[in-house]
Amino acid sequence: MATKRTVEVELSTTGIGPDGKPQRIPLVAGGDGGVALQAPPGIEPDLEGEHMLINIGPQHPATHGVLRLVLELDGETVVRCIPHIGYLHCGFEKIGEYRQYNQIIPWTDRDDYLNCVGNNIAFALGAEKLFGIEVTPRCTVLRVIGMELSRIISHLVWMGTTCIDIGAYTPFLWSFQERENVYNLFEGWVGARLTTSASRVGGMAADIPDGWLDGLKAFVRTFPKTLDECDRVVTKNGIWVGRTVGIGVMSPEEAINYGLSGPMLRASGVDYDVRKDFPYLDYETYDFEVPVGVHGDVYDRYLVRMEEMRQSVRILEQAIARLPDGPVNVDDPRVILPPKHKATSEMESMIHHFKNVMEGPRPAPGEAYVAVEAPKGEKGYYMVSDGSAKPVRWRIRPPSYVNLSAIPKMVEGHLLSDVIAINASIDIVMGEIDR
Amino acid sequence: MSEFTVIRAGSAAGLPVPATPKNVPHRGGDANPSAEALKAQFGAAIRRVEVVWGETNVIVEMAKAHEIIQWLHGDPSQSYEYLSDVTAVEFRDRALPIEVIWHLRSLKFRRFLRVKALIEKGQPLVAPSVFDIYKGADWLERECYDMFGIRFEGHPDLRRILLWEQYAEGFPLRKDFPLRGRFSRAEQLRQALAANPEARYSMEELSVADAYADLPQDMRARIKGGESTGE
Amino acid sequence: MGLTDAPAPGVVSLDAGQGDGWITTRLDFLVNWGRANSLWPMPFGTACCAIEFMASAASKFDLARFGMERMGFSPRQADVLICAGRVPFKLAPVLRRIWQQMPQPKWSISMGACASTGGMFDTYAVTQGIDTIIPVDVYVPGCPPRPEALIHAIMMLQKKVMKERMSATPRDEMVPDPASQLYIPPSRIDKLSEAFGNSVPQTRSGQ
Repeated sequence: MATKRTVEVELSTTGIGPDGKPQRIPLVAGGDGGVALQAPPGIEPDLEGEHMLINIGPQHPATHGVLRLVLELDGETVVRCIPHIGYLHCGFEKIGEYRQYNQIIPWTDRDDYLNCVGNNIAFALGAEKLFGIEVTPRCTVLRVIGMELSRIISHLVWMGTTCIDIGAYTPFLWSFQERENVYNLFEGWVGARLTTSASRVGGMAADIPDGWLDGLKAFVRTFPKTLDECDRVVTKNGIWVGRTVGIGVMSPEEAINYGLSGPMLRASGVDYDVRKDFPYLDYETYDFEVPVGVHGDVYDRYLVRMEEMRQSVRILEQAIARLPDGPVNVDDPRVILPPKHKATSEMESMIHHFKNVMEGPRPAPGEAYVAVEAPKGEKGYYMVSDGSAKPVRWRIRPPSYVNLSAIPKMVEGHLLSDVIAINASIDIVMGEIDR
Repeated sequence: MSEFTVIRAGSAAGLPVPATPKNVPHRGGDANPSAEALKAQFGAAIRRVEVVWGETNVIVEMAKAHEIIQWLHGDPSQSYEYLSDVTAVEFRDRALPIEVIWHLRSLKFRRFLRVKALIEKGQPLVAPSVFDIYKGADWLERECYDMFGIRFEGHPDLRRILLWEQYAEGFPLRKDFPLRGRFSRAEQLRQALAANPEARYSMEELSVADAYADLPQDMRARIKGGESTGE
Repeated sequence: MGLTDAPAPGVVSLDAGQGDGWITTRLDFLVNWGRANSLWPMPFGTACCAIEFMASAASKFDLARFGMERMGFSPRQADVLICAGRVPFKLAPVLRRIWQQMPQPKWSISMGACASTGGMFDTYAVTQGIDTIIPVDVYVPGCPPRPEALIHAIMMLQKKVMKERMSATPRDEMVPDPASQLYIPPSRIDKLSEAFGNSVPQTRSGQ
């Protein structure tokens, strides 16, 4: 056996002691500190080291997708956990080599489908690096708005589903009500609720319509109230605290070594946020705090995410205040389609339109890695171009893939019920993990 | 419950306030200072240093790659303690070598470095594993093996991760692999359905072979027969 | 499959030998009414569509209005398999196993383009439609479908359930071909899986 752990189990029927109470018998699996008690008569010594395999998933409500965990249990204690992934492997990276840069954007919706707008923008940032394009000031601020809104709705799904896992149903309803508000905003902006494809290389799919900012202002005003309500029912709830405090602890050094990122890393006491340390989209000019936990357990991850939503609201307020007028798309006929009336009346615009649609924009040979602070962590898009209209390689650096790879480390030694809480705290999304 | 001391990124003295990079040139520009340090430390093992879109690529000898990454991780003047990604690139031009790529970050110095090692055409697809340095490399290397067939020497458990163990069509991200796979759709579906979704409690896949002897007799019999459970 | 037309409600047949009698049609109606209004869904959510499914179940759209508030995450206690999301080949045997575990009578809804046809994922890893694995009653288009579309599909399914008749041959469990373990002939799978339209530029790398 790999694990030499002394685990006490309570034997209810055969292990009644002389005082009539169940006797606690250590199931000793080795000599390292385990007290080798004499088993009372009637107890088969065979019980020592008896292990059980339990399979969770791939279709299970608490695995947040099609994750499969095979657990080896000693009593109720997890001795070993073997995650199986790949049940949603769809070949994103392969198909990226067969699509032009703008055509890849719909795929970025579907890799982390809780954070669609954020992914669209992250991909566009990478492609713009490859094309050497600087987007307009208005576009930069609009992208910040899109990214923070999608961070909020991603954390809302996390909160709703995690609360269901741990036994509270109401926050799920509240969080989805708020999500509907953001869905309406996205729908007004780009015409889709969930799979938005909001960005383009060199700009956005559309400018915001008239009056859209009023809707956003209303959301920014009302959303903290919902957050406070959730805070009130969850944060000091005895069941919640009991099931999350001290569970799944990762130390800062371990968290860095395992490559964790996002709230997982920050809850472990590492003050690292891509927005602060490798900024993009002028994030350094916004005033916001990065919440950092000091215990590294499930409860701290919850607190970090709650605070991140509040900070996102702060960023949104600042972005609304500073949103400049002007064009959204860059004035670069290499990548941006000319306006329709010009394409039908001017020869030059028509040629640009034709070349853009039929051949696609071609970046210079080179490579670019762009990482953004996605809700799950450091989301990276790595693109390699050989000068053709389609990338040679499109690599997604999935934050929850790396975060999930630490789950055996986190669950081993905990009880079976804690596995659900720990798995929920990672905030996995299988579309991104399996790609 | 004990509290951890917070580790702050960018804690090295005298760092400038980070800002969004603007007007980055295609080639050239300031290289990451680690590149010079690597040249001084390893000399000829550093084949080339280039700066593309503001990111520093260091192309190193494959045989020395592990040693170089170990040094980058451990040396206090470099302190690349965070591994972002391990991946590979195969080009459409088959004459070009396959590149194995490590994306490293130094939180302390706020640096980003891309280390590359090349596998020339005709050479075996082998690269050193950095699992002993970064635990996070575990799944990243397994995925790279799954998609490209590159064997990471020193990885303790190099198996397919996204596709299933018996996947017979090859390595999908290689350029000779067609987008829709090698087999017909019917054959792909037949092979997929032939798998028993629950039979894979098998010991070799779960690598719990050493726990097998500890299982109850009836469970051992069931697992051995590949019988599904819970039916 | 129960797709035959039921007699109009209220029609009384006196000839017991020719069609169904009054008693059986009324009994059919009662049973179907009960079934159609208390469908227990089994959400087989894999990807983006599962998020829209969750939105449908949440407060704004509220699936409970259709007698579907009881989500059965166990296939043993479910009537309707709602396959929400793409189904890669690795998941195909799991989907089939879950379908086999569901008791009769059972129905299935294929939610979204990926579950129905493979959608945009015409790659080496994705089944081109779950109808190559299990029978499907209602297909919902959309990527992902809006909750209204899912609700419409559920109402269509309810209409379909209302038309079922006990006297019709019971819906058999699909038995796969023993040699290939496939439900429909391989040639038909290949035909169903062909790309839509002219796909040559879509499968060409480079340029």
